Amino acid sequence: MKKNNKNELSKLKNRNRRELLIGASSVGAVSLAPKNLLSQEANPENLPPNLPEWTQYLGDGVDVNPYGIPSEFEGHVIRRNVEWLTASAESSVNFTPLQDLEGIVTPNGLCFERHHGGVSVINPQDFRLMINGLVDREMIFTLDDLKRFPQTNKFYFLECAANGGMEWRGAQLNGCQYTFGMVHNVQYTGVKLSDILLETGLKDKAKWVLAEGSDSSGMTRSIPIEKILDDCIIAWAMNGEALRPEQGYPARLVVPGWEGNMWVKWIRRLEFGDKPYMTREETSKYTDLLASGKARMFTWVMDAKSVITSPCPEKPILSKGLHQLRGLAWSGRGKIKRVDVSIDGGKNWKTAQLHSPVLSKSLTRFTLPFEWNGEELKLQSRAIDETNYVQPTIDELQKIRGVNSIYHNNSIATWLISKNGKVDNVRLG
Amino acid sequence: MLGLAKYIVSFSLIIFFINSSVASDRKFNLGQIATKEEITGWDIDVRPDGLGAPIGSGTALIGEEIYTEQCAACHGDFGEGADRWPALVGGEGSLASHDPEKTTGSYWPYASTIYDYIYRAMPYGVAQSLSYDETYEIVAYLLYMNDIIEEDFVLSNTNIGQIEMPNRDGFLLPDPRPDIINTQGNPCMKNCQVSTKIIGRARDIDVTPEDDNS
Repeated sequence: MKKNNKNELSKLKNRNRRELLIGASSVGAVSLAPKNLLSQEANPENLPPNLPEWTQYLGDGVDVNPYGIPSEFEGHVIRRNVEWLTASAESSVNFTPLQDLEGIVTPNGLCFERHHGGVSVINPQDFRLMINGLVDREMIFTLDDLKRFPQTNKFYFLECAANGGMEWRGAQLNGCQYTFGMVHNVQYTGVKLSDILLETGLKDKAKWVLAEGSDSSGMTRSIPIEKILDDCIIAWAMNGEALRPEQGYPARLVVPGWEGNMWVKWIRRLEFGDKPYMTREETSKYTDLLASGKARMFTWVMDAKSVITSPCPEKPILSKGLHQLRGLAWSGRGKIKRVDVSIDGGKNWKTAQLHSPVLSKSLTRFTLPFEWNGEELKLQSRAIDETNYVQPTIDELQKIRGVNSIYHNNSIATWLISKNGKVDNVRLG
Repeated sequence: MLGLAKYIVSFSLIIFFINSSVASDRKFNLGQIATKEEITGWDIDVRPDGLGAPIGSGTALIGEEIYTEQCAACHGDFGEGADRWPALVGGEGSLASHDPEKTTGSYWPYASTIYDYIYRAMPYGVAQSLSYDETYEIVAYLLYMNDIIEEDFVLSNTNIGQIEMPNRDGFLLPDPRPDIINTQGNPCMKNCQVSTKIIGRARDIDVTPEDDNS
């Protein structure tokens, strides 16, 4: 009898707890929960020697979220945009929260978005890839056809050529996310274009490929045949699941190490020709205007670059003593060979530890332990890739390219750590 | 029994060879041959030499009306651009200045690109809704506003590859990068001669979005 009462009590408590939980979660969507209410302050009643509130009662059962979502305490880890940058959200960009990520894999829902005509919604049954022009057989492939080809699985970074584009003239945006976040790194599953071409054949005169998207911008870029045959992929999966709609579902082009604009999403057609097509994107955009008024064209490779992801403007230092400086480095020309870190604005450098895997044309993680005792620091990181290319200073870039390029700013950034631990994006000179 | 097995093996080989010969030199036998109609429906690109330009024509005289209806809301009555939408006219001589203005007239190297882009992506949100002639008319109007052709010039598939754009020679090839070859993989590590004076702070520029969550 006594035992039964206890059971009843326990059930009641459980129900109350459950109602409380449901009530709390219905107040606001997970990502809207203010971080400072949820995660910044500990509740002393949950700390030793007390019994934490979650220990005594049953939590959610399986299938509460058939497709899992991050903890409600991680609601601040989201893509963000800069509204004043663009005229409309359908032709715009947002940024990956690099400051909140670990390792080298970007979670699918956090990969930055760049669209020119919004996100197309495509039933995979309606997907077709057309290959025409200078091939032996002009052909059409379904998604199922593509999945029956030999498969490839590769990690690659994708970086927008305009990543850091607002920083050419000076330190403008005060955040790691806004200044470096137009990059992501996922594992792609797909078919090598060189394999598809075994099916269509290729005429000797074919030197260029026009890749065309089926979105409302009809995105098009010209790609030289050597690159297509070298390592380009038609991918249908990222990080083990189907591409996200905003990343080109059901299939996109992967152009390893080259600027993101060429990785045509919602791909519908590849036309083989003997000359480049000079599309809007490769003439009026994605050309690098120099001080002379002339512009570089077909600047495809993303040169080596690195960023300190913590500390950074979004990640101030909260206490004195030991900290682990964390960062990411990448190069469109191959593997990262070394990353150096300076805490005095570039006068003295220490080599950071690279974490495996160190893959070609992929983000590479580096860390370096450091002590902070309340002094002012000027943090910088400098990547060196396997071609011995050294990430330049903004001064070195400006001397050759001026300040109007917009694209391909791979210069070293400086995070100023103030005596109160706050971090700012600053320009040295 | 052994004889039967041999028979099956040789039969399989025959099937294999029949398949390979049917597939000519196709390796995987996947996908379908595209029909001419299928290709015509999707192959809409126009190259600088005019290859791919569909049969049609138009003048700026007619283009003005269509432009006003279909384009001016974002790009302005005279191509000057509204809000943050791009300007299409002007900017001549500005490319080497502090504020370069990259318009179809001042920057775009080929008229074909204007046609290709408008046909495939404009009007914004109603892509591929213009007729070939309407597209030629709008392109003609833009070229006219940029003083590249006369008002009554008949732009068509036969001459779009010959329009001389002002910035045709404004582009440099090939890519000269890596253009910063500073230290051959061995940069300075100690007591490097660099200026560490702070000359700018993003905080002072104050254009970073406010975010309660960050």
